[in-house]
Amino acid sequence: MSVTTADTHHDDHHHHAPTGLKRWLFSTNHKDIGTLYLWFSFAMLLVGGLMALVIRAELMYPGMQVVDPEFFNQMTTVHGLVMVFGAIMPATVGLANWMIPLMIGAPDMALPRMNNWSFWILPFAFGILIAAVLMSAFGEGNPSAPNFGWTFYAPLSTKYGPASTDFFILSVHMMGISSIMGAINVIVTVFNLRAPGMTLMKMPLFVWTWLITAFLLVAVMPVLAGAVTMMLTDRNFGTTFFDAAGGGDPVMFQHIFWFFGHPEVYIMILPAFGIVSSIIPTFSRKPLFGYASMVYATASIALLSFVVWAHHMFTVGMPLAGTLFFMYMTMLISVPTGVKVFNWVATMWRGSLTFELPMKWSLAFVILFTCGGLSGLMLAITPVDFQYHDTYFVVAHFHYVLVSGALFTLFAAAYYWLPKWSGVMPSKLLGELHFWNSLLSVNLLFFPMHFVGLAGMPRRYADYALQFADYNWWISIGGFWFGLSQIFFLAVAVRCAMKKGEPAPANPWDAPEEDLEWTVPSPAPFHTFDTPPVVK
Amino acid sequence: MAEQSLQQRNRKTLTKLVIGVVAMFGFAFAMVPLYNVLCDITGLNGKTNSSAAAGPTALDEDRLVTVQFVASNSRGMPWEFAPETRSLKIHPGEIKQVSFYVKNPTGEHMWAQTVPSVSPGVAAQYLKKTQCFCFDKQQLDAGSDESMPMIFYLDPEIPRHVTTVTLSYTIFDITDRVEAEQSAEKKDLAAR
Repeated sequence: MSVTTADTHHDDHHHHAPTGLKRWLFSTNHKDIGTLYLWFSFAMLLVGGLMALVIRAELMYPGMQVVDPEFFNQMTTVHGLVMVFGAIMPATVGLANWMIPLMIGAPDMALPRMNNWSFWILPFAFGILIAAVLMSAFGEGNPSAPNFGWTFYAPLSTKYGPASTDFFILSVHMMGISSIMGAINVIVTVFNLRAPGMTLMKMPLFVWTWLITAFLLVAVMPVLAGAVTMMLTDRNFGTTFFDAAGGGDPVMFQHIFWFFGHPEVYIMILPAFGIVSSIIPTFSRKPLFGYASMVYATASIALLSFVVWAHHMFTVGMPLAGTLFFMYMTMLISVPTGVKVFNWVATMWRGSLTFELPMKWSLAFVILFTCGGLSGLMLAITPVDFQYHDTYFVVAHFHYVLVSGALFTLFAAAYYWLPKWSGVMPSKLLGELHFWNSLLSVNLLFFPMHFVGLAGMPRRYADYALQFADYNWWISIGGFWFGLSQIFFLAVAVRCAMKKGEPAPANPWDAPEEDLEWTVPSPAPFHTFDTPPVVK
Repeated sequence: MAEQSLQQRNRKTLTKLVIGVVAMFGFAFAMVPLYNVLCDITGLNGKTNSSAAAGPTALDEDRLVTVQFVASNSRGMPWEFAPETRSLKIHPGEIKQVSFYVKNPTGEHMWAQTVPSVSPGVAAQYLKKTQCFCFDKQQLDAGSDESMPMIFYLDPEIPRHVTTVTLSYTIFDITDRVEAEQSAEKKDLAAR
């Protein structure tokens, strides 16, 4: 295997940056690839958001109005897949690409060509998945797009999956390969390219959380690949991994899927923890409270995430001892998570707080993520989970942790680092509009879902009993409002990309001096830290 | 430690990680036998013995356990399939024979496989079958029917809190798979 590392093509540094399409297609520069990842994930956020709006349009009133149930099922499935694998994960990889080399004083990622490859697989992976939807929507008589939910439980996705399921399998394989390569790159970079004096316990917390995330990715994305490979052979080559008629077991699919799926949840949220751990100290003018405990808490969450998977499947009929084990392990995770929340609060305690946009998003995250964590604790209780299972309560829970959790910190990160990326300050007016509209609408969108869920409204249906009508109308209003609010962010991002706005100084937020990313000029030059800084 | 170039160190880390990735891919497949072993020990998924068990060693005349029989078809399976006895009460250790009725109402010869499942799961390992149609594939000619026998007993070790055991069978159409295997065998023979 040939490995190209940052130092081997040192010769062509400092000539001139390639221009036009070639700059992006052939880029091995961590900043350009980071930018590509970030724009791609934002595009996917809008695509997945449009699908969510189709769902909310149908559910605004009881009965069938906008789409048929078959298409509705495709929308819930592909919305989930696009948001998880296309929006949240690539956005965090984009941030890792941009920020990790800047934060540890490295000239680039350790494996720049693999970096290029891991990005450019993604548009094709999602092209295949979205093409399946378009072909089914606009081609008369074409089979349905994947319609079995983002968790693709067998036998829905094997025996009863539409023909397009094979597109889905290829697409998931490609997403997996991309994530694994991205993760390997982060680990190699962090282990080998830290500036002299940057010991592991001096790394910014964002680097730490991403390093741990990368290990999770390396451990579980291959398991997902294994699961879809078994699906592929079950569907096309006569194996019966998940087919009871041939001695397989469909419930085993759920075990394999959630063995991947639960760590996946932390893959999406751990980088978010790192982001707020960078932002809150800056705007509190105090160092992060309990740095070491934050590192250990992150590692504990990652380890525990491997022994809680069956809390997604309490209702499959496990022995009592099994459900109790998974219940207690799940509840145990709230201990390290609680450590983190208390540390953020303690960092703010008696700090000189100011409330610029990144801080506003981070504060919203701390509060709303904690709400999502609490409903998660409720879901962990086995006996009550039998009532909550597959209701809108679950939908409310994971949207609180993924939208007002992970997505909000991605916005926080964007507002925090946009001056460094673009060289101009993001528009304050547009940013405030974006924040307040998002904050109000996200709660209108997801909070009432707790109530309809507790009252028994099941998820994944295109229709509902009349008693849920009024709540669903408000939820849909919240959905459209939240969707439209994101146009403000599009405007903010485009203005920054066009360099419109107040020029940004090197350290616009008065961030602590040991944060290396603020020691380079804004916008960050194409090549930074060619000679590594010395960290004391 | 000898000084290594950055490229060597990168390559070393990369190699370790790639090995990790391949190992985890293998682990996904290793979960299949692991799961089956775990289910055999605990009766987790309600699977019963898939080959004939030896007879009972003791008889427990103190108690009676209700055994219910359920039959259902997997989607698209056109056969008629029903238990001839819906429910009976037996002492643990007592051997009983029941039978299931099947009919192939279609105009074609078909193959089928029945898959048993026991509820509650803890009872699965105590329901022993000495003879069962589910051990083999079944075939029926167009329009023909059959009464399929099943001989079983409950292990006297069955926990006392289990007072009702439900044995359900699902019947699957495996005509395509069997015919594909047969034609492959024929090709093999012809090739020799």
